[in-house]
Formats: sequence, structure tokens, C-alpha cells
Amino acid sequence: MSDVLEVINLTMRFDKYTVFKDLNFKLKKGSMTALLGPNGTGKTTLINILMNMLTPSAGTFKFADAVRLGYVPQFRNIDAEYPLSIEAFIGLNAPVIKNSATKQAIKKQLEETNLYQIRNTRMGEASGGQKQRAYLAQALLDNPNVIILDEATASLDPMAKDELMKLIKHLNGKHKITVLFVTHDVSLARKYMQNYLYLNHGQIEQGEMSQFKEAYE
Amino acid sequence: MFAYGFMRNAFLASTFIAITCGTVGVYVVARNFSFLAHTLSEIGFAGAAFAVWLGIGPLWGMLLFTLLGSIGVGELSLHSEQKESSISAISALFTGLGVLFLAISGANSNYATNILFGSIIGVDHQGVMQLVILSIIVLLLIFSIQRQLNFDSFDHIGALAHGVKTNFISVIFLIALAMSVSIGAQIVGSLLVFILLTLPPATANYLGKTIPAMIAWSVFFALIGVWLGLYLGYITNLPVTFFIAVFEVAVYLVTYFTHIIKHKL
Repeated sequence: MSDVLEVINLTMRFDKYTVFKDLNFKLKKGSMTALLGPNGTGKTTLINILMNMLTPSAGTFKFADAVRLGYVPQFRNIDAEYPLSIEAFIGLNAPVIKNSATKQAIKKQLEETNLYQIRNTRMGEASGGQKQRAYLAQALLDNPNVIILDEATASLDPMAKDELMKLIKHLNGKHKITVLFVTHDVSLARKYMQNYLYLNHGQIEQGEMSQFKEAYE
Repeated sequence: MFAYGFMRNAFLASTFIAITCGTVGVYVVARNFSFLAHTLSEIGFAGAAFAVWLGIGPLWGMLLFTLLGSIGVGELSLHSEQKESSISAISALFTGLGVLFLAISGANSNYATNILFGSIIGVDHQGVMQLVILSIIVLLLIFSIQRQLNFDSFDHIGALAHGVKTNFISVIFLIALAMSVSIGAQIVGSLLVFILLTLPPATANYLGKTIPAMIAWSVFFALIGVWLGLYLGYITNLPVTFFIAVFEVAVYLVTYFTHIIKHKL
């Protein structure tokens, strides 16, 4: 199977502090990979580099030409008073004047993420799980074939976690979307992911999730 | 009432100002720029006083100062750790400058009152045309960047993740905001311009669930406010600004408490 991403000798330093050095890995098309590692090891830094939001100190990475990248960041500024409905929030990632094709695309993602019934609920009043699915739906509007989720389950209760993970698994299974799922929750990754990347002490290891050693659980 | 040319001018000018401030205000509230809008109005006061000193129209002094100020203050609020204190310092400096310019220009206190509290009844036909044209420019600016502005204002992190040029959008929006402050100050005065820029959209936040709906509600309350203010000002001979302020605050409080009651029960 072909690769969607190749990372070569990627290094990141802030002043004298080295976050990671000479990372090398590949992501296979259609894979489900957990990016694991304790808090503060540079997982989000790595993702920011892949998203072109940070420039690496050294090294390169390359996505395959056919890749359409979707990204769900870790934090959002959605407080309890946030006014937009779930549907309007997702629609931020679409033209202001929405033609029928755009409306149809939004409806499809609302249904896909099981939010259609509550599309008129304000984001501020939605539960953590519903918000997280809305973030995902917003990213899915770009019709990605690779999606990166950063700590998407971090603040969710167990039921909402399972619901989100089943949804991600469904996207991978039915729509063949390659998934890179950043988390520090090893048991969750064990349950749903096939492969892992383990980032710690500036180094990265890659393997199958079932072989993952409980280094820091 | 409409038999008088000056009332027709006042209504026309305030209609455009209400539409502009109502629209821009939705983004002011979404971006948490209320304090910045208030500071810009004080910078505008200094600009107007500067213009009086130079002997040119206050509107142009206001535009000059708010445009320069919005970029400076905007940079500070984007990058400074001491955001609120630094904006307070700038606001203090410009209020002081405003008082100085008024004093050395030898203008009488009427001028200061007009700048601070508005003087829409006194606006002439040429003034109306200037305000209408500036309003249209602001609205065109907003519409030309609306998709990115919506995304950045209502989901900054999501916008960054989608490669929206958020710094560029921020600069364009600050220019639009500076112009709105300058033209809004012509009707409610620089001291109270933030009423039109913050209260109607804050009310709209509780009523609309989409950005077009919020803009519609915000413009609606801004329009009703200025029209009612002009009408009541005309029949009572009391300041227009007073009625606008009372109306916008009342609508906001009623909406706010309705929202609280609905969500507690």
C-alpha cells in the first residue's frame, strides 16, 4: 500500500531546547495511527509542523500529491455563551452564500456525524461530545482523505469518547480516510487504532498497536 | 418632522450609520473588541479636537487618528501580554491630547460637547453624503472579506487550521472598525459610539443563531434606536444620544434577563 506521508529527519528546536530530533516515519494510506506520548513531548508541535503552522528547524516532510488534508485542532474558543448553531458553526468553513451543493454537503456531514437532529442547537449549549463531532464535521467539509485529530477525546466522558471513536473508525472503514489520532490515552488507542507512533524524549517509535509496550501507562 | 431638511439629513445619515455599526458590531462582539472600540472612540475624540485646532472638519481628524490608532492598538492587543493596561495607557494619552487640542484651538465648549456627545441634528447635506459614502466603503470592506472574517471571528483556531490569513483579516477589520467609530461618533458622539458598536450586537447574540440572523437583529436594533432617538429628540428637544443609549440598554437588559430566565427554568 502506498504512503500518504513521509517524514525525513525532522528536527525542532526552540532556542537551545530540542523538542525532537531526526524523526523518521511514514503513514500508510488508509491506516489508523495513534500518535502517543506523554503530555509535553511535542505531539502538538509535530502536528503544527505537518499543518505548516510552524517551520521545522531541520528535516522535511511530504504528503502524497493526492492528499486532501483535514485537521481538527486541540483547543477551541467556544464558551457557554457562544451564539452560533451547530449547523452555522460547521458552515463557517464554506462560502457565505451557500448554494444547494454546499447546503447538501453540510447536511451530509451533519448526518455523518449524527448531529442533524440537533443542528439548530447553539454550539455553546452543546455537550463536549457534540462539539467535538461538530469540529470534525467542519473539517470533513473539505472532503479530506487524510485527517489529523489532536487530543479529540481529552475532555470527553467515556460514552462520548466511544461515540467519537466509532465515528472515526466508520470514516476510516467506509470512506477510507487515513487517520492520525493524537492522544495520550493508550487504552483508547489500543481499542480503536491499528498502528502507533510513540513520541518521547525527542525520539519516535512506530509499530502495531497490539505490540505497543506499556512504557508509561 | 420630515418637512425640515435638517431632520431628513439626520435620518438619512443615521440610517446608514446604524446599518454600518450594527453590522461591524457583530464582529466587534465576536472578536471581544468592545474595549478596543471604546478606546478607538477616545482616540477619535483626540482626532476630532486635532481637526478643530487645524480648522478642518472633525470627521477627517477622527478618521486619521482612528485609522492610525486602530493599527497601533490592534497590534498591541494582538501581541502584548499587558493588553488591557497598554490599551488603557493609550486611551488616557489620547483623551489628554484631545483636551489639549481643544484648549489650544480656543474652541468654545459647544465644540467639545458636539464631539463627545454627537450632533446629528446639525449635519448638512454635504456631511450626510460623506457619511453615506464612508458607510458604503465600510460595508464593502466587510463584504469583500466576509467568509474569512466570519471564520476568524467566530472560530479563530479553526480559521488558523484552515490556513485563513488571520493577521491580514484582522488589519482589514481594524480599518473598517476605525471608520465605523469615526462615522458613528458623528451621531452618538465619540463618548458613546461604542453603544452602537456593542449593544445591538450583544443583544443579537441572544437572538440569532447564524451570522446573517445576528447581523439582521443587530442592524434592526441599531436602526430602531437611532430612529426612535431622533424622533424623541425632535419632540422633546432633549439629546438624541440620551434616547439611543436608554433604548439600546433597555433592549439589551430585557433580552439578557429573558435569556437567563429561560435557561434557569
